[in-house]
Amino acid sequence: MLHNLSIGELAERLASGQVSSVELTRHYLARIERLNPSLNAIITLTAEHALERAQSADRRLAAGERGRLLGIPLIHKDIFCTDGVRTSCGSRILDNFIAPYDATVVARLKAAGAVMLGKANMDEFAMGSSNETSYYGPVKNPWDPTKVPGGSSGGSAAALAARLAPFCTGTDTGGSIRQPAALTGVTGIKPTYGRVSRYGMVAFASSLDQAGVFARTAADAAAVLEVMAGFDPKDSTSVDAPVPDYPALLNAPLKGLRIGLLREFFDGLEERNAALIREALKVYMSLGADTVEVSLPYLPLSVPTYYVVAPAECSSNLSRFDGVRFGYRCSEPKDLTDLYQRSRGEGFGAEVKRRIMTGTYVLSAGYYDAYYLKAQKVRRLINDDFRAAFEKADLLIGPTTPTPAFAIGAKIDDPVTMYLNDIYTIGANLAGLPGLSTPCGFVDGLPMGLQLIGPHFSEARLLGAAHQFQRATAWHTHAPGGYE
Amino acid sequence: MSLTRQDVEKIAHLARLSITEQEMPAYVTSLSSIVDFVNELSRVETGSVEPMAHPLDGQRQRLRPDVVSESDQHVKYQRNAPSVHAGLYVVPRVIE
Repeated sequence: MLHNLSIGELAERLASGQVSSVELTRHYLARIERLNPSLNAIITLTAEHALERAQSADRRLAAGERGRLLGIPLIHKDIFCTDGVRTSCGSRILDNFIAPYDATVVARLKAAGAVMLGKANMDEFAMGSSNETSYYGPVKNPWDPTKVPGGSSGGSAAALAARLAPFCTGTDTGGSIRQPAALTGVTGIKPTYGRVSRYGMVAFASSLDQAGVFARTAADAAAVLEVMAGFDPKDSTSVDAPVPDYPALLNAPLKGLRIGLLREFFDGLEERNAALIREALKVYMSLGADTVEVSLPYLPLSVPTYYVVAPAECSSNLSRFDGVRFGYRCSEPKDLTDLYQRSRGEGFGAEVKRRIMTGTYVLSAGYYDAYYLKAQKVRRLINDDFRAAFEKADLLIGPTTPTPAFAIGAKIDDPVTMYLNDIYTIGANLAGLPGLSTPCGFVDGLPMGLQLIGPHFSEARLLGAAHQFQRATAWHTHAPGGYE
Repeated sequence: MSLTRQDVEKIAHLARLSITEQEMPAYVTSLSSIVDFVNELSRVETGSVEPMAHPLDGQRQRLRPDVVSESDQHVKYQRNAPSVHAGLYVVPRVIE
């Protein structure tokens, strides 16, 4: 079936004329119509736009143009601004917001000929690890509809696992690509901070946010990242460095690669999860890699550090939602203060309000030094730990999540328990490092992820290591029942 | 509880968020548990450590030439505004 083919295989069929982009687009639109209602992974369908773009791709193909993504459908996380299409960020406050321009990620993929099918559900403003904080309701995990798909990019992950698109975009501020990728059995990469433009991506925590890719294989992710990445003068923290040809580098030999085992990642790790990581390690040893044990003593502080830094930045970023220039406005405000307070109070959901208030508290007079400044110092210590580890190891390996997907409703009332889901992923965001999750087995019939973390700008190494792992294993080929 | 109801009311006001009577007790509890959780940081010795605000060391914020790079698109942008009159955003009366 078309929806089980890789991006590379689809591109070949498009090039040879075996299938047209319009046919491919119709195939996926039909799957979405049939399968999405029970998943709630996609909140805006752009069928008409998709068919127009597919026709345009077919014309380019007919004219002899070739491209890795030319005519390939995708789904964007609803955090990326899409010109003329609602961009809700999973929030009531942006429920009526029609983006007036394209995010750079959207523009680059559009220029490459990729075809947007629609926009994916997500935790409100990307704040959540379960996709339960969305104004549009929770997303179901295709492996078990009583379970969460992870978050915040839960809609993207679930849509990909259900084969509703060949790839999806996502964003990762504390694990929001890697964690849902792990919980839905797909490949997800968060690039180095600054690698992919943040322009037009609704801001949550600006020193942590980074856009990335969900794909079924590392090779697919490499093809997409190569298009998404690169310097953008419209993002002041975009890094002006050449983008490697990731697909061409996937088979760089792993012989002699030093894989660092993070002691802190294995402390208290459940045995069945640890066993999967040990098995993965054996695969890497058989491919010629060496292992070295490394310790990051400050890493266990990454969650409390993050839950000061991220809310502080969010409270500042979300001050733009004032009920005046765009977004939700409360009815019959009695004065300007009432307009601000009720538009925000009614427009934001509970978790977003909690984070704004946490951020406001840690930045307020009398608490700034004790919380925000302190967290920035600990962030430095964690960063220095990673730097030292990368003197001994070329990449670090460990679990992506502590457990497989949990039940919808199980953690939503206890924010701190929910925050601890991201214990293995947050460190990479604090240090701006690239991280990748690839399927590595099952626990209780649910997929688990293997996480790879590398030094700044080592995306090619991570993708190559994941690609060669996927050539040696079959975990990434499993499809959830009913979505094959 | 590390935060009182008065603390949360003050924070909500600083953040310009209306919190209803029914919502308030849950926020006092959950914000207190978050503050307790992040208090773990206070035990770390950080004496002379330089605070880290940006994940890529040594990266300088660029400045672009101070020239107009956008055209006037206020009509398009104001389509998203809740209330507009004669190209201006309308808010409740501020000056009596």
